[in-house]
Amino acid sequence: MKNNKLVVLFFETLKISAFTFGGGFVIIPLLQRKFVENLKWIDEEGMLDMTAIAQSTPGPVAVNVAILAGYHVAGIPGAAISVLGTIIPPLFIISLISMFYNTFRNNIYVNIAMAGMLCGVAAVILDVVISMLGLLFKGKDKTIAGRIISLAMLVAAFVANRFLKINIIFIILASGVIGLMMYLFGNRKDRRKGEDNEDIT
Amino acid sequence: MKILLELFLSFFHIGILSFGGGYAAMPLIKEQVVELHGWLSMAGFADIITIAEMTPGPIAVNCATFVGIQVAGIPGALVATAGNITPSCIIVTALAYVYYKYRGLDAVKAVLASLRPAIIAMIASAGLTLLTLSLAPDKDFFPIKADLPVDPIALAIFAAAFIAGRCIKVKGQKISPMWIIAGSGVMGLILYGIF
Repeated sequence: MKNNKLVVLFFETLKISAFTFGGGFVIIPLLQRKFVENLKWIDEEGMLDMTAIAQSTPGPVAVNVAILAGYHVAGIPGAAISVLGTIIPPLFIISLISMFYNTFRNNIYVNIAMAGMLCGVAAVILDVVISMLGLLFKGKDKTIAGRIISLAMLVAAFVANRFLKINIIFIILASGVIGLMMYLFGNRKDRRKGEDNEDIT
Repeated sequence: MKILLELFLSFFHIGILSFGGGYAAMPLIKEQVVELHGWLSMAGFADIITIAEMTPGPIAVNCATFVGIQVAGIPGALVATAGNITPSCIIVTALAYVYYKYRGLDAVKAVLASLRPAIIAMIASAGLTLLTLSLAPDKDFFPIKADLPVDPIALAIFAAAFIAGRCIKVKGQKISPMWIIAGSGVMGLILYGIF
């Protein structure tokens, strides 16, 4: 059973990597679709945590997130297998292309097929973003204030990244600091409430 | 042998310093490959960035493979790629261990939860960039000579792919993204081929 999992892990990461045009964040929706929605090996919040870790550590995001997903599914062997699956397609494809670069670049059929695939990738990402937004706002345990804060942080992060061109690492750090402060502040209020109760009794 | 070691160390350096993915790695790659070692000319560097954008896989891994092949053949490609991902393998595996050990703590949960809106925003932003790129009517590789704000064929493919991914279910499961992307490629071949 475990070996079976490793085999599936290898071929899924291989397939996903072979279709990840544009690098970085593009691989996340593909992993999410496969490992969260189809195989159900990872939950949606775990996937978002992995994305945050992958983005805040050095190295290619796709490789980092493959390591985390592989580790989640099958420990260190899983991590090793999914790294292999992730780097084999680019290694193979680039080796081929660098031998036939000019022919490839000028081939009209290659170019129009790629133009179509780019549209497909954009559609998949949009679909996953919609699913993720649902998770962010729909949970039963979410308060109205919590939802408003989430929305504000989402909009702020989007503007900071897209229009102010702030480095992603700073956006993630700032979000983490805000979360930590809200946690500490919220806790102090809880504790004070606890003390008040003791006074009454 | 010395050249392989140099390739490994150069791409190790790029791997350990590139926070924030492919686009953050580009200036580091340029520094190491063009300026420091002279493995590629500036024109060669522009070429590899173009290839990396057009082909699947992380940009840094693509560059490592391309540069490795140019400098020392297939062994060069393997060594440069290994160098590039070694820092990730060590650091991220260690962090994965820490994450599973401490993610139950309330403080860690609160911080991780607060990162989620930002991460969704980043993914949305990357998707939007790709969407504008794919819908742009003046694609340099296949210019549609029409005075339209968006390329109608690209819009049709995008809409079809989105509806297929969102609404169609096979045995209770959504269609795998691989099929959607491959199908979009086939639609591109047919539609652009006809018009």
